[in-house]
Amino acid sequence: MAIGVKVMKRPEKQVSYVRATLKGMVLTFKHMLEKKVTMQYPEQKSTDREHGLGTYSLSPRWRGTHRMLTDEQGRSKCVACGLCPQICPANCIKLVPGEDEQGHRYPLIYEIDEFRCIFCGYCQEVCPEEAIHVGRHYENSEYSREGHVYDLERLMAQTHPVCEMWDPSDPKGE
Amino acid sequence: MTPELKGFLLLSVIKMVIVFTIIMVGVALLTLMERKVSAWMQNRHGPNRVGWAGLLQPAADGVKNILKEETFPAQANRWLFTVAPALSFIPALLLSAVIPFAAPLPVDFDFTLGPLGRFVHHGPMPMVVADLPVGFLFVIAISSLGVYGIALAGWSSNSKYALLGGLRASAQMISYEVAMGMSLIPVLLLSGSVSFSTIVAQQQAGLWYVMPLFLSFFIFTIAGFAETNRLPFDLPEAESELITGYHTEYSAMKFSFFFIAEYANVVTVCAMIATLFFGGWDIPFTDWDRSGGVLPTLATWLVFFLKVLFWVFVVMWIRWTLPRFRYDQLMALGWKVLMPIALAYIMVMCVAIYVVERVLGITSPVLASLALFALNVGLGILVFGLLDSGVFIRGSGYRQQERLKERGARTARAAVAG
Repeated sequence: MAIGVKVMKRPEKQVSYVRATLKGMVLTFKHMLEKKVTMQYPEQKSTDREHGLGTYSLSPRWRGTHRMLTDEQGRSKCVACGLCPQICPANCIKLVPGEDEQGHRYPLIYEIDEFRCIFCGYCQEVCPEEAIHVGRHYENSEYSREGHVYDLERLMAQTHPVCEMWDPSDPKGE
Repeated sequence: MTPELKGFLLLSVIKMVIVFTIIMVGVALLTLMERKVSAWMQNRHGPNRVGWAGLLQPAADGVKNILKEETFPAQANRWLFTVAPALSFIPALLLSAVIPFAAPLPVDFDFTLGPLGRFVHHGPMPMVVADLPVGFLFVIAISSLGVYGIALAGWSSNSKYALLGGLRASAQMISYEVAMGMSLIPVLLLSGSVSFSTIVAQQQAGLWYVMPLFLSFFIFTIAGFAETNRLPFDLPEAESELITGYHTEYSAMKFSFFFIAEYANVVTVCAMIATLFFGGWDIPFTDWDRSGGVLPTLATWLVFFLKVLFWVFVVMWIRWTLPRFRYDQLMALGWKVLMPIALAYIMVMCVAIYVVERVLGITSPVLASLALFALNVGLGILVFGLLDSGVFIRGSGYRQQERLKERGARTARAAVAG
């Protein structure tokens, strides 16, 4: 009894099995008539806003599959500063920087291995240009390991909403 | 062979095929119903992917089970291990042969079929595969054979869990068989016959036996749950204690056979309840169902089906409501509660039927049933009051209280000695 063991108060004399059984049966029958709570997954998804089942909706801060944002000309916002591969604890970002004639830096190769990624969201936090983001998205199964390595084009082609750790109305976090 | 015998055999074969098909399809659908009912009671949808509302789920399960690998545990008795599923499956299906499922259908034919010769049948055909004169005695005898399959499955698996499951099954079956048989003696006293057809006819003349023999019905239902190894008496399976007990080592179709047997047993027990206590295929408040013809036969078939379905639903309802009994509680309930009540009830009903029929001289079956019903209301209040008062089954805190008392006494003794 040194450690605080919780002792349940059990009935000592009067136990009503007949009444308890009937009570239980009424309860289970009531549950039969209640609304079903299962999410019908392929038809309903946690990322849907419309299903009206607030319980299932993803948190605005959900960190899922990455997305690279683009500027007005459709180029990636990335300036190949090298901060995200530096901060990445899983070492899953591969970046080879390049420079064009005007002296603008851009990524020659930008790959994220979603299989190694631990979805900590540091890349998004550290990015000075608000280019790489973790997204509110979770369906990323593939038939091969190689399929999980997203290159720059694929990252730019993603359309899902991004994690709202980043506030679009205050992009620089000021 | 006389033409009459050939006609009888022909009809019997047709009825066999029909009943067998209905039972097998029904059992498959019952597995779906079980999953649906359990899902609904837990605010879920249940299987709804295969076919419309999951109706093809049993077929998918069946195909999957046939394609699965058959495993044999090392050191298992291979011969008994293979035979055991069949041993529990055959008695379960055999029982469906003796329960009348509709009003007799008048069938008249007289034709010659090539080399097979002449087939003749005249008059009403009872809608039961075998209209046995021994009726429910046959059911009680055969249903207890099912335990051989379970006990042998447990023994031949060479697994401790399976053996424990098999042992529990045999102990449980034996203890509840007694109460079950005794609960049916008042039915015999009242109807004067063990044949299902006679019992149904008697109930049509008077009231359904659930009223004059309510306690029989109550005991029979509880014992029936125990016979079919359903919750709250599923001690032989007991997933949480014995990892499904006697069929732990089984796989593929052999495993399914145990389930088919279990559900076939459920159907049989529910059909027994419907036939013995709820008028069988009788449609209440009308004599039209006995007028003969195709329409009354179909209508009574439907009514019987609905009655059985209702009781199957109750079985599932109780399964998903009550937790499992502890083993000693199960035994105590069987031997210390149900059997004495059944014995006392036989004596009370003996006297009551004698008084009603001989002393009071009530000849109308409805009035006699009403008189017995009045008696049953009183007895029911008494028995349920006693069951409810905690005299028979003490609360689980009782033993703790005893332990504390003992400890107190010991400290007091030690204090005196010291």
